[in-house]
Amino acid sequence: MPLDKPYLDVPGTTIFDAEQSRKGYWLNQFCMSLMKADNRTRFKADERAYLDEWAMTEDQKQAVLARDLNRCIALGGNIYFLAKIGATDGKSFQQMAGSMTGMSEEEYRNMMIGGGRSIEGNRYVGERK
Amino acid sequence: MARITASVFTSHVPAIGAALDLGKTGEPYWQPVFQGYDFSKQWMKDNKPDVIFLVFNDHATAFSLEMIPTFAIGTAAEYQPADEGWGPRPVPKVVGHPELASHIAQSVIQQDFDLTIVNKMDVDHGLTVPLSLMCGQPQEWPCPVIPFAVNVVQYPVPSGRRCLNLGKAIRRAVESFDQDLNVHIWGTGGMSHQLQGPRAGLINREFDNAFLDRMIDDPESQAAVPHIDYVREAGSEGIELVMWLIARGAMADLAGGPKPTVKHRFYHVPASNTAVGHLILEN
Repeated sequence: MPLDKPYLDVPGTTIFDAEQSRKGYWLNQFCMSLMKADNRTRFKADERAYLDEWAMTEDQKQAVLARDLNRCIALGGNIYFLAKIGATDGKSFQQMAGSMTGMSEEEYRNMMIGGGRSIEGNRYVGERK
Repeated sequence: MARITASVFTSHVPAIGAALDLGKTGEPYWQPVFQGYDFSKQWMKDNKPDVIFLVFNDHATAFSLEMIPTFAIGTAAEYQPADEGWGPRPVPKVVGHPELASHIAQSVIQQDFDLTIVNKMDVDHGLTVPLSLMCGQPQEWPCPVIPFAVNVVQYPVPSGRRCLNLGKAIRRAVESFDQDLNVHIWGTGGMSHQLQGPRAGLINREFDNAFLDRMIDDPESQAAVPHIDYVREAGSEGIELVMWLIARGAMADLAGGPKPTVKHRFYHVPASNTAVGHLILEN
């Protein structure tokens, strides 16, 4: 019997379940390595060479190089792991989250100050706003 | 006999820690957040606990994908603030309470909750930001802390019902400890927020305030709410709120005692990507 996944119809949202976790294992473990200052330095000196030390797919490496966080998440990344890349780049959590929404940094910040993204129209895929 | 006298609930947004550490608390953006904790800091001084049992989640800091314990209790003598990628927060080390922690581990496992026992762990913002919010910036934290980490990173996280029942088991464990200790139990994380994907930035005031209401008056019905409701209504990271149910489950009214007294309630949007919620309940 297939597992119950009631969260697949939530718009703009990928739930980090066992399947995503398996897909993203090495991508996330690479991110984890950036918690050590020495590794951050080596990564920044030659990103490609550092990525090639990990058993990641080419797609995952390209997504990291492009800092395409939506793509990283589709390929099994989890935001708490990916945040280590942001920290290495000197980006805040708000800058990282905003980068996934298609909004500019300022637009996103203003949306949050204005009370955040409304839940109305954002509960189900295909829901009318 | 040890006893749980109060529960504290608060968000643990990392940007709050950064604002404190960088001296930005007086800025117009941050002022309303920290003002919401002025009462709490005084309350902590007036009601100093002997031990804090602090329920939080690790954010891919101590636990990578190598090991993902659902419930992990810290039984170490001390814990260092973690380097989460920005360098460690400049806050005091966290002193543990190995004796009470080991006692709770043994008692709770014997009540059928399979805890992971952790003797070496760095603690991230999930644990240190609540301490900063409640205690300010002291040279050392006011008392020993027992860290209790819950997996809310990889789905499925424990259900609300299981969290509430675990809190009840922790209460029984604390009350069977012979030393006369005043214990606070803290539940942290939330409130509504989503940090990923095109729906990032989601905030749901209505959900959050209904949650706060039910945390006060009707935790049993909140415990029946399934994961998907948190994810859909409060954002993918809003699921952290199930951890509040562990602390709530340890309050006296769920063991036949009187309803708790609400000492403080606070809600503010935003702190970075997140809605900040805070409650103090006394037995």
